[in-house]
Amino acid sequence: MRRLSLPLLLLAVGCSKPADRPVVVGAKKFTESIILAEMGTQLARDSGVSAERSDLGSTLTIWLALTNGDIDAYPEYTGTIRKEILKDDATDLDAALAAHGVRMSRPLGFRNNYALGMRKDVAMAKGITKTSDLRHHPELRCGFIPEFLDRTDGWPGLKRHYGLPQRNVQGMIHTLAYRAVVEKAIDVTEVYTTDGEIAQYDLLVLPDDQNFFPAYESVWLYRADLDVRHPAVVSSLRRAEGRISEAQMQRMNSAVQREEGRRSEGEVAAEFVRGELKVEAVSSDGTSTERVFATTWEHLQLVVPSLAIAVLVAVPLGVLAARRPLVGKLVLAGCGLLQTIPSLALLLFMIPVMMWLVGKGTGAPPAVAALFLYSLLPIVRNTHAGLTGIPGSLRESAAAIGLPPFAALWRVELPLAAPTVFAGVRTAAVINIGTATLGGFIGAGGYGKPILRGLDKGDLPLMLEGAIPAAVLALAIEGLFGLIERAVARRV
Amino acid sequence: MFALRDVTKVYAGKPALGPLTLDLPAGRTTALIGPSGCGKSTLLRVLIGLVAPDAGDVTFAGTPVTPATARSVRLRVGYVIQDGGLFPHLTARGNVTLMAKHLGHNRTVTEARVTELAALTRFPADGLDRHPHQLSGGQRQRVGLMRALLLDPDALLLDEPLGALDPLVRADLQAELRVIFRRVNKTVVLVTHDLGEAAYLADRVVLLRDGRVVQEGTPADLWHRPADEFVTRFVQAQRGPEVPA
Repeated sequence: MRRLSLPLLLLAVGCSKPADRPVVVGAKKFTESIILAEMGTQLARDSGVSAERSDLGSTLTIWLALTNGDIDAYPEYTGTIRKEILKDDATDLDAALAAHGVRMSRPLGFRNNYALGMRKDVAMAKGITKTSDLRHHPELRCGFIPEFLDRTDGWPGLKRHYGLPQRNVQGMIHTLAYRAVVEKAIDVTEVYTTDGEIAQYDLLVLPDDQNFFPAYESVWLYRADLDVRHPAVVSSLRRAEGRISEAQMQRMNSAVQREEGRRSEGEVAAEFVRGELKVEAVSSDGTSTERVFATTWEHLQLVVPSLAIAVLVAVPLGVLAARRPLVGKLVLAGCGLLQTIPSLALLLFMIPVMMWLVGKGTGAPPAVAALFLYSLLPIVRNTHAGLTGIPGSLRESAAAIGLPPFAALWRVELPLAAPTVFAGVRTAAVINIGTATLGGFIGAGGYGKPILRGLDKGDLPLMLEGAIPAAVLALAIEGLFGLIERAVARRV
Repeated sequence: MFALRDVTKVYAGKPALGPLTLDLPAGRTTALIGPSGCGKSTLLRVLIGLVAPDAGDVTFAGTPVTPATARSVRLRVGYVIQDGGLFPHLTARGNVTLMAKHLGHNRTVTEARVTELAALTRFPADGLDRHPHQLSGGQRQRVGLMRALLLDPDALLLDEPLGALDPLVRADLQAELRVIFRRVNKTVVLVTHDLGEAAYLADRVVLLRDGRVVQEGTPADLWHRPADEFVTRFVQAQRGPEVPA
């Protein structure tokens, strides 16, 4: 019992929140959300508290993080709040949000509506000028982000509302969809009306002539208790109310997205906050060296605890498997089964599980839990192989001199199996470092963050900022374990 | 010291031992001898509970040997197996002192005992800190013997201790073992398939065939008063070198 509960305890301690933590402004994983969250972070800092930005995932993830207290505020759109979060046509948004302990600011100024976009020449050739015209063109190929394909205010609702016939619909990431439209690989994609790419690629935005899409006014959502804990932060955030126009937002998005003279979200946000809101602000993105240090630290915080807990659990499991062949088959089959689950699926599955276990379903805990499960198999299998590979004469020898079973295990069998067990830990560590980059999908930080953000923006240097250190870390760990392994093997 | 009453052991449907009744008297050196597969090694394992018999009783100094008592019996009986059974991750010293360390014995006392045993087995002092793979076959057997004797057991069991050694080393060790057996003055049970070795080292011989005792007595009894045709053939099979004319 004690040995079972220790890993859980470690996990719980690793996941607990310190009392005097900084104010956290959340962002979804797209440029505009990050720019706004960065502005929010800078504004919060201006009120005299320490604040940081946390780049999380989808609407569901970030809403969970807000209601759970992992973040204090984030930029959202009224249409999303109505359709996606509250899931009913609440007449009074403020009252409905208050029931969740969340408050909403007044609109920040611009709207970022959904619309469908096409190349101007393609639309003209087919005589398409508005959304309802699509009804007569079932041959059009559509590419939408997966979230849009799922959302009630996305493709399913739009299709029903307009009676659209298109069947060639595929899911792809937003930046890729723009490229695909430009290269004529698809004909239609969803756009956000503030997207920098609209101007950049000179696309036609089809008017929503039958009023399907709700209005997407940008607002701050923040925890009601922030008004009590840090009233100055709330008033500082609200300084942005009514101050950001659609044109300004489009320009800022474009500054981050464009291929030439690209700038970081932090710089763009700081420039706006300084210029328009007259608040002294600096980007919280830091230099690339600072970012690599920060992501390395975050990455290690995923890899080290998950690996440590895996060793604590997997070695006893391997011993059990070696001692009880029937149980052993079950244990090995179970661990093997875990390994066949696609890593991203396991990661997502861990969100509700960790929510239930430690009350934190976003960020590091689900990633640590998934990495822990992934690390089990190599260690269990090698412990089992190492122990069953010990010659029978040595095991008999240990019994014959009078060593009781546990002492035989501790003084003879485990030391003999140590090199094999170690090789298993080494394999697990290397797999773990690679898989941990997927933590970027659920806001766990680490090298996955720049890799995914770089993929989203089509920003190769940013991608490499995660990919190269990940490879270096894997090689370094591999080398370190190699040295330890040799030292262990010399003793045997 | 050891007594077996109607002991039987069956392996995979084939009788490996018995029914067998046998006394191994205290203070004597007994050789268990017989052809391969006669059950002599199984018998040795039964004595310290490494193999549990299917039927019958085994006692050691009056105590029944059962799974519950086997461990305390093993602490009073030293055991040497054919290839030494040394643990490759420990030095010679580590192997010899493993059990004392586990039992929490005083280190100074243990070290003194190691020095004493190294002298007894004529094991070189500088070999104590070597690992088994750095030792010769004969040295490994000496370490196995030291390990078996460390806790000053009442009895010493040896399973083909010289089987894997080349003839010269073997002859040397035979001579040394004879001296050691006399000096330690313990109950010794030795498994060998070599009648000459048995006669040289032991004062009693038990000849086994198909898990049963064919004859027990002094070595001379086997030569001069064979119990049956098999004993005669077994004795005659142990020939010395034929010197060319």
